[in-house]
Amino acid sequence: MKTLAELQAIRDKAREKMTIREDNSEATRVIVGMATCGIAAGARPVLNAFVDEVSKRKLGNVVVTQTGCIGMCQFEPIVEVLEPGKEKVTYAKMTPEKVARIVVDHLVNGNPVMEYTIGSLLK
Amino acid sequence: MRELSLNILDIAQNSISAGATLIEITVDENTQADRLTVCIADNGRGMTPEQVRTVTDPFYTTRTTRRVGMGIPLLCMAAEQSGGSLDIKSRFGQGTTVTATFVHSHIDRPPLGDIKATVTALIRMNPQLDFCFIHTFDGRSFTFDTRQLRVILGDLPPDTPEVAEWIGGYLDEQEKILSGVLIPDEND
Repeated sequence: MKTLAELQAIRDKAREKMTIREDNSEATRVIVGMATCGIAAGARPVLNAFVDEVSKRKLGNVVVTQTGCIGMCQFEPIVEVLEPGKEKVTYAKMTPEKVARIVVDHLVNGNPVMEYTIGSLLK
Repeated sequence: MRELSLNILDIAQNSISAGATLIEITVDENTQADRLTVCIADNGRGMTPEQVRTVTDPFYTTRTTRRVGMGIPLLCMAAEQSGGSLDIKSRFGQGTTVTATFVHSHIDRPPLGDIKATVTALIRMNPQLDFCFIHTFDGRSFTFDTRQLRVILGDLPPDTPEVAEWIGGYLDEQEKILSGVLIPDEND
C-alpha cells in the first residue's frame, strides 16, 4: 500500500537532489495540445507517456508542458518539440506507442523522427 | 469523448484558463438512486450571466483563434443523452461550478474511464495549482487533496518524478479499493 510515510521518505530523498536540478531556460520543451480536440483524439495517454518516459530516463533538461488548440484539430494529438537554438518539430497523430521512440531518437540523441512529423503526413 | 474522465479533464482546462488556483473534482456514484454526478468547481474568474447562458452553444467561445467551443456542449450532450442534465453556476470574479448528472445505468452513459490518468495529468501539468478529488461510490469515498500533500512535501513540487509516481500509485490503489477489487491492508 502507498502510505504517507512513504511519501515523506520520497520527499527527504528528493530534497537532496533538488539542488542539482537544472535551470529551465536551457531546457527542451515538449508541448502537448490539450484542448477539447486534442483530448478527444487521445492526448491524455500521450502526455502521461511522455512524462513517464522522461522521468524513467531521468532527462533533467526536458520539460513536458501543455497548450491549447493550435488550429489543426484533424492532426491531433499534436506534440511540438522545442530545443533551444533549433527549429521546432511538430509531431502529428501521436500515440503512446510513438512516444518511446521520439524520446530515445529525438530527445536523447537529437534526431527528430521524421516519419511521425506533420510534414511527412501531409505528403 | 469516449469516457467521462476525458470530459472532466477538458472542463478542468477551462478552469485553468480562467485563472483558478483551486479546482475541486467530485464524482458521486449512487447505484441505489441510479445517479452519477460529476462536478468541477473552481475559484477562477467566473462568467457573466450572459456568458453562462451562451456557453452550451458550440458556436460560442471566448477564444480568438477559432469560433467554436466544444467542451461544455460535449459534456452537456453526454449528460442529456443519458437521461441527465448539465448545470452551470458561476459568479463573475468568484468562480464556476459545472455539474453534470447522469442516469447511472443508462445504456448511453459513457463510462467514467481512467479518472486516475485525468487527475495525474492535471497535477503533473499544473504543479502550482491545487486539486481536490473526491470519489464516492454508494456512500464509501476517498479524498485526494494536493493541499494535504503540500503539508508533507513542503516546497517540493508535486510534479517531481518520484512524487508524481507515488500519486499515480496512490490513486490507482484508492480507486481499486473503492470498486472492491482491492481489499485494504489493515496494518497500514
